[in-house]
Amino acid sequence: MNSSFFFGLSTMAYILAMITYITYIAFRKNQIGIMATTITIMGFVSQTFAIFMRWKEFSDLSGMGFLRSVPLTNLYESLIFFVWCLILGYLIIEFRFKNRSFGAFITPIAGLVLAFIDLSGVSKEIQPLVPALKSNWLLAHVTMSFIAYAAFSVSFSTGLMYLIMKSEQRNELSYLFWTITFGVFVILFVTMGIDFLSFKVAVRPEVFIKSYLFKTSFLNPSAGIKILSWTAAFIALFIIWRYGHILKTVIEKFNVTADMLDEITYKSIAIGFPIFTLGGLIFGAIWANQAWGVYWSWDPKETWSLITWFIYAFYLHSRMMRGWRGKKVAMVAVIGFMAVIFTYLGVNLLLSGLHAYGSQ
Amino acid sequence: MEQEKNKTYADKLWDFLASVRLAIIIFALISLTSIVGTILEQRAEPAKNIQVLSRLFSESLAPSLYTVFDNLGFMDMYNSWWFTALLILFSVNLIVCSLERLPKIWKLIKDPMVPMSEERLKKFSINREIVLKGKPDTIKNTVTDAIKTARFNYSEAQEEKGYQFYSQKGNYSRIGVYVTHFSILIILVGAIIGVRLGFKGFLNLPEGDVSNAFISNSDKEIPLGFDIRCDNFNVDFYGGSDMPKEYRSRLTILKNGREVLTKSIVVNDPLTYEGITFYQASFGMMPDAATRAVFKFNVISAGGNKATLNLKLGDTFQIPDTNISGKVLDFSPALRIDENGQASTYSNQMTNPAVFIDLSESGAHKVSGWILKRHPETWQLPGGQRVEFIDTWGIQYTGLQVRKDPGVWVVYFGCITMSIGLFIAFFMSHRRIWVKMVEEKNNTRVIIGATSNKNRTAFERTIDKIVSVLNKKQEG
Repeated sequence: MNSSFFFGLSTMAYILAMITYITYIAFRKNQIGIMATTITIMGFVSQTFAIFMRWKEFSDLSGMGFLRSVPLTNLYESLIFFVWCLILGYLIIEFRFKNRSFGAFITPIAGLVLAFIDLSGVSKEIQPLVPALKSNWLLAHVTMSFIAYAAFSVSFSTGLMYLIMKSEQRNELSYLFWTITFGVFVILFVTMGIDFLSFKVAVRPEVFIKSYLFKTSFLNPSAGIKILSWTAAFIALFIIWRYGHILKTVIEKFNVTADMLDEITYKSIAIGFPIFTLGGLIFGAIWANQAWGVYWSWDPKETWSLITWFIYAFYLHSRMMRGWRGKKVAMVAVIGFMAVIFTYLGVNLLLSGLHAYGSQ
Repeated sequence: MEQEKNKTYADKLWDFLASVRLAIIIFALISLTSIVGTILEQRAEPAKNIQVLSRLFSESLAPSLYTVFDNLGFMDMYNSWWFTALLILFSVNLIVCSLERLPKIWKLIKDPMVPMSEERLKKFSINREIVLKGKPDTIKNTVTDAIKTARFNYSEAQEEKGYQFYSQKGNYSRIGVYVTHFSILIILVGAIIGVRLGFKGFLNLPEGDVSNAFISNSDKEIPLGFDIRCDNFNVDFYGGSDMPKEYRSRLTILKNGREVLTKSIVVNDPLTYEGITFYQASFGMMPDAATRAVFKFNVISAGGNKATLNLKLGDTFQIPDTNISGKVLDFSPALRIDENGQASTYSNQMTNPAVFIDLSESGAHKVSGWILKRHPETWQLPGGQRVEFIDTWGIQYTGLQVRKDPGVWVVYFGCITMSIGLFIAFFMSHRRIWVKMVEEKNNTRVIIGATSNKNRTAFERTIDKIVSVLNKKQEG
């Protein structure tokens, strides 16, 4: 039995947990809730075990010593670790707030990421380390960045839920904002899903998504399919905008108050921000100084993490301004996570620079 | 409102410079302009960015858009006057805001706590009230013990109908925000020192060569003040693959002709001498590789007699205890042999170096072929002798990034300050508690008022714990 067996086990557990949490919301039976939590914890334990096994495997293979062999050196490993942090964050929230309903919003993120890994054909192999990554800073820089990313994604979920709960009118800015954000996420996931499904069949799986992204939909060479995808996207957006209030009534059944959501959003940013500053920016700068001879070079990855940092600084400061509490700051929190996603994935997929380890 | 009207323009400007609003505007401006800076490649060839623009907009618009962006300084925006101005405004905002707020905060930290009236206590964001049996004098210890369970060191005041206890914790945590703000200024000062007193450049140093200068980023030759020599450069690969494992240069520093320091540098482990740091950044082949090259061989006879040879292209050698002589005829930095047995060079990097040798015995041609450094099986000759191809020398140059930055320690100091500031700002809070005991018909009313500048719910739980301790005592 190797690490991939336990990774597989945890993937199944998380997807099962996602289904159980959604069932729990629908029927609100306590036993189902306990079952969902149990499955999540089992998945988490098995994933933790798998990460350490892979760490050990990597360490044995590379012969570099345990601390330098942290399995966080490519896209696959970082996505796995992101899911691990996210589930850990969720479990903490569930126990602190004695409320299971967030599970239905957070386990799908984990499920989608795991599905993304399987569908996209991201290489799962243990790859030898390129010279630039051989450093003691790898462990601290990457783990702390991902813990912060996970905290930020929790704030994204609760921020979005807050906006859904607080927006009354269809012509309100906050309503438009959440329906468009939510809609764009849904559309991106669906189109990427179609990309993966079609290319998994058509192209060699080891060829990565980079050159195939949206080729089945928005970037298709045929004008007809292009127009069709855009039309479908706009219809989807319209439907979400038109029937968005259904989601609101669903959330309202859960026993969550807007204040609670606001508090979780703030707290996860209050945890994520200092960790991100220290691990992401400061440790990153020290490492860059050691490896490249400059602590700051305005490389796209650096610049985007600074942009992310400024958006969350914006969030923290805007809470102190009159008239900004509530919906406006929640929107800033949601925008902040979009910057996180771009820093994490967008920079590697769309821009070039020194920091290109994550794109393979 | 009256006050607002009487303010002069200078006051209004001061207020604006101190405002959170300005901070938010600056955050937004730095973020938005930086996004443009990551899409347009900085300090790149114009053609590259015109291509980017034509992909984003249209081909016909791209050249004129490029001119617009170029004139606005976006092609090197982080060095443009307006980005510098934004950073200066950011610093001014930080300084003015701290000057404006710190005195008030200092007062909050330093002001001693005083007992409060009942009405005031009931207005606090956290307030509780319970009635306990017994007069204040008899249950005083019960109350103080409960306060102690929350680890507060209280002060005591005698009042008309009882006592009041009050206490605070973490009052200094209020300066965490200002420590963080100040650290940003330190980092900016460190960056300025680096720009003013430091330099950046590169040095391509061939194996065996000595240099006393490097090339700055503005293409000027700048003397180092000492000599640096590259003794050796080597790339290690993983297994038999082309995937690099390590780039290693052995460098020697010479001061006034004397060797003072030798170190092997790899990525992540540079060499520093007299404040100047050399980083392993790149490598390459010399254009005149074929004539410079020195090949290192071990030649071993069937009986095990070994000789180590350094040969150039065209040199001949002798295998010990035999009449076999060899000649180095050709060299390939990256040899590939296709299905038809045709040899070719697939890269101009030293990924798979090989030499072609020709062997003859007593003057008659015997055998010839490629020997690969990576594949030991090519070393064996039919007669049991071995010609081992160990290393090449003098062909490659090591690409060193040369950097002097006296500001880096100031920046690091700023980073440490920032970490401390953020820790205080986010994980510590100023908590105050007042507990008032009022006698009422042989019973005591206990009124608790409390505030916390952060994480109120956690403090509320602490207060509820105190209340539950009191309730328990009452029952027991």
